[in-house]
Parts: sequence; structure tokens; C-alpha cells
Amino acid sequence: MDKQLVRQLETDAAKVRIGIVEGIYSAKAGHPGGSLSCADLLTYLYTHRLNVDPKNPDDPKRDRLVLSKGHAAPALYAALALRGFFPMEQMKTLRKIGSKLQGHPDIKTPGVDMSTGSLGQGISAACGMALSAKISCDHYKVYALLGDGEIQEGEVWEAAMFAAHYQLDNLVAIVDNNGLQIDGKVSEVMSPYPIDEKFSAFGWHVININGHDFNEMEKAFNEAETVMQKPTLIVMRTTKGKGVSYMENGVDWHGKAPNDDEYAAAISELKANLAELEK
Amino acid sequence: MEKRATREGYGEGLCALAEVRPDLLVLDADLAAATKTNIFKKKYPEKHYDCGIAEANMMGVAAGIASTGKLVFASSFAMFAAGRAFEIIRNSICYPNLNVKIGATHAGISVGEDGATHQCNEDIALMRAIPNMTVINPADFVEAKAAVLAMADFVGPTYMRFGRLAVPIYNDEATYKFEVGKGITLKDGKDVTIIATGLMVAEAVEAANALHEQGIDARVINIHTIKPIDRDIIIKSAKETGKIVTVEEHSIIGGLGSAVGDVVLEECPVPVVKIGVKDTFGHSGPAKDLLKEYGLCAENIVNVVKSVVK
Repeated sequence: MDKQLVRQLETDAAKVRIGIVEGIYSAKAGHPGGSLSCADLLTYLYTHRLNVDPKNPDDPKRDRLVLSKGHAAPALYAALALRGFFPMEQMKTLRKIGSKLQGHPDIKTPGVDMSTGSLGQGISAACGMALSAKISCDHYKVYALLGDGEIQEGEVWEAAMFAAHYQLDNLVAIVDNNGLQIDGKVSEVMSPYPIDEKFSAFGWHVININGHDFNEMEKAFNEAETVMQKPTLIVMRTTKGKGVSYMENGVDWHGKAPNDDEYAAAISELKANLAELEK
Repeated sequence: MEKRATREGYGEGLCALAEVRPDLLVLDADLAAATKTNIFKKKYPEKHYDCGIAEANMMGVAAGIASTGKLVFASSFAMFAAGRAFEIIRNSICYPNLNVKIGATHAGISVGEDGATHQCNEDIALMRAIPNMTVINPADFVEAKAAVLAMADFVGPTYMRFGRLAVPIYNDEATYKFEVGKGITLKDGKDVTIIATGLMVAEAVEAANALHEQGIDARVINIHTIKPIDRDIIIKSAKETGKIVTVEEHSIIGGLGSAVGDVVLEECPVPVVKIGVKDTFGHSGPAKDLLKEYGLCAENIVNVVKSVVK
């Protein structure tokens, strides 16, 4: 990936992060940590990888993305806004009465492919979409983004078995391995490790990457395209709260909104970063 | 009278449905021989997908398939569909309002010998509480088959309840038409109305015939669609007969009796007496003996109706 493209992605991701913080601050509720950790990935997917069209959001031939870790909805919405599904300004309606931007993804929102939020369920729906594509020989791809805490849900492993059994090579699941969940470190609450070996044992093709490195992302998704008869899992090592220094690796920032001062600090840091990238 | 299980109507109905809906897919969770989706599997092996013993994932897979526009049935026993997978049905099927049909067999205590862990008497209550869900409980083989075929052009999440036990076929396949949400008056009467669903409909008709000989003129209504329920037929009966007895092979909490009670309370309060499983678990035994023990038989319906009419 050339340097100019990486810089463009970094610039877009900075805009997505600003959207996330604006939305959660405006809602006075939400999940900043796990939204910021997957902001780079969702920016990459929506600007660079997914075959989707904001003018025809229900196109049956489109690629699908299921945000199985539905609490990262602000990141999904900001990425959709960046891609043109609705104005970024709408982020300020997040979680408010009458808003299309529900606290967790709702299939009725343009660009949202599945209602999610109850952990462990999105990956099953993604399997259904991928199987359906296989049956009718459609060529779209299905992506599912899971949290590392989320994979403690048993349904994830039912789905992992299913995807391998039906050789869903049109399915790519990504685990956002930011290492933290509500009650603390995932390794201390209920260790899911080794994530890669577990999925590998279930019959998946597994790739480990740094989830904030667009070159690694590009390489991994290209590799996934070449894998036949197996679903691919990308375990992406990330920093929870990435981009807002005081939120980074802070378990407290799983599910709370910044206050006025915290908001000001976060926005000024993110905007300074954006200005630097746009120079 | 010929007897067949409603689950067989389900299996045959799926075959008939595939002829008009070539996009139909059927999922099962390692119970195809019991749910009778194996009848479909034999004819359309390429349209039948086993999900293994993993009902939660199966419901989510069904939701994903439905989101791509195909018609899909997900099958298991009522216990594992409505029970184990409840929250996936709520959040992944009903909230996004996806066109998933759930074929739930082995409902009620007529499961018999397998005992309480497999006798689901709570599924109607669970399923009718979820927004967007339609709940259908056919009474005989013909109605079951027709209900499945009716799903060709009925859009929305639908829970279809079928039984294990072979029960009398009283509908005529050549003339029977299934209409979602429409109650059916099987016998007119002026003294009392017996409203029954599923396998209890045949028992209710038998009871009404016995009551007739004892000078009690009982109306019998088959409610195959518990949600949305046919309010008009219930209100009319409440007004005209003044008393209602409901009969269901399900808990008296949250099922047909509760649904009828809701309508009557709002529109025309009259006494409603519920016959069903009285907030207790079942146990092992031959289905017929269990149904008798739990009062889910014509004989008990006769006794209850007599006490209500007096």
C-alpha cells in the first residue's frame, strides 16, 4: 500500500474517531473504548474494501458487514457516514429519541446489515448470509467483527463450527483483541486465549495482525481472498480507546461518555492529529 | 378416523411449499427424523442444512439467510427452539423483523416418555410475548400442512407449533383453506363456548358432542393462530354464550387461555375458565395417559364445562 493511501486512511480514521467522540459526548452514553479500537478497521473496510453503495444500500449483491460487537455502533455509524450513507453531522443524534442511530445497530438504519448488540449473535447471522451467497452462487463477501470478550459467548463457537463445516470461504471474521472487557482484562475475567489456535482448531484459516496498521490489514484481507474452502479469522491486536490518550488501555472507558472537560481534551487531541495528517 | 401427527403435516407441507417457493431452505438441529424435515430432505437434499446440536446458532443463521431474501424454516423441538434459543429469536429474528419461520415440533406433554425436560408447555407464552411474532398452532395433519403452505406469501417471523402424537384428521385436505389469524367455528352453540387450539381441538369437539347428549349446547372454536388472535370471533362468542372455556396443551400461564382472557377482559368481561397444564412440570409416560392425567381430554372438558354452565 503506498504512503499516500496510508495517509488518506489515517486521515479518514481520524474523522471517524472525531465522529465517535462527538456522538458519545452528545448522547452522554455509549462505548468509546471498543469503538476507538476498531475505528481503523471499519474505516479501512468501508472506504477501501467493501463493495457497498450509499445510493443503493439494500443492493442484494453488496458485501455485508455484521458488527457482532454491536456496542461499537458509534464506530460503525461514523464509518458509514464517512462512506456517505448519511451526514457525519447525524452522529450528534446518537442514542436520542427519534434518531436512526440507535444505541446498538438496527437493520433499519441505511448501511446497517444486521441488528446486533446482544453478544455472540452477529457471527451466526453472518454465517447465514455467507451460506445464502454460496447457495445462490452470489459473489459477495461477508465480514463479521467480534470483540475479544464477546467470544466468551458459546454461540460464537457454534458459529465457528458451522462456518468451517460448510466451508464458508466467503466469510471473514475479525476479532478486535483490545484485551479489555467491562470487568477488567479479558485474560483475568475469562481468558479466551489462545484465540488464533482455538479458531485454527475449529478449522479456520487464521491471520494475526496489528489492528492499527493499514498495510497489515490490506495484506491480511488480500490473503483471505485467496483462501479456499475455509473461513478466515483475523485476530487484530488493538489498543482500547486508541487515539484519545487518556482513554487508551483504560478499562473505565469501556462504557461511559466523556464529561465536558474530557470531551474538550479528546476533541482537541483528535483534531490536532487530523490537522497534522491533512498538512 | 385416520390419525397422523401434525409434525408430519409440517414435513409434507415443506415439500409442497418448495414447489411454489424454489428459494425455500430448511434448517434442522440434528432432529430431522423427529421433526419430519427429513421428508423434505429426502426430496430436496440440496435445500436442507443440518446445523448440528446448536440451536442458538441455527436461529442466527436463519436470520442471516432471511436477510438475503430467501424463505427459511428453522426446526427443532419446541423446548430447544422457543426455550434455548429464545433470545436469538427475539434479538436476531423478531427485532430486525426477518422472515424466518420456526418449525417447532414435540410441543406439550404429549411428547410422552421423554419426560419433563422435553415437554415444552411454555413456548406459546414465550413466543407471543415477542413483538413482530406470529404464533400458529395447527390442530390436525391437514391444518398443519396447509399452514406451512400458507407461509409462501405470509411475510414475517412466525412460530409454528407441531405435536409428536398422531391425532385424528378431521379436516378435508381437498377443501380446507388456512387463513392466518382466523378462528374457525366447528360447532355452533348457545350455552357456552369452548375455545381450543392444537391437539385439543379434536378433544373439544368430542366433548361438545357428549355435552349435547346431556342437554348442553356448546359452541366449539378452533384458534389455530394464537397471535394475532381473532378478536371478533372471541367477542362474538362471549356476547352470545356468556361463558368461555379454553383448552390447550400448554401452561395455563401465557398461552391460549391468557390470550382469550386479554380480549374478553378488554371487550366483554365474561367468565373464562382455562384448561391446560396447571403451572407444573410433566413427567414420563405414554402420551395418552399423560393427557388424561393432566385433564387434557374430552372427559375432563365435559366435567369443566358442566361446572361452568351450572
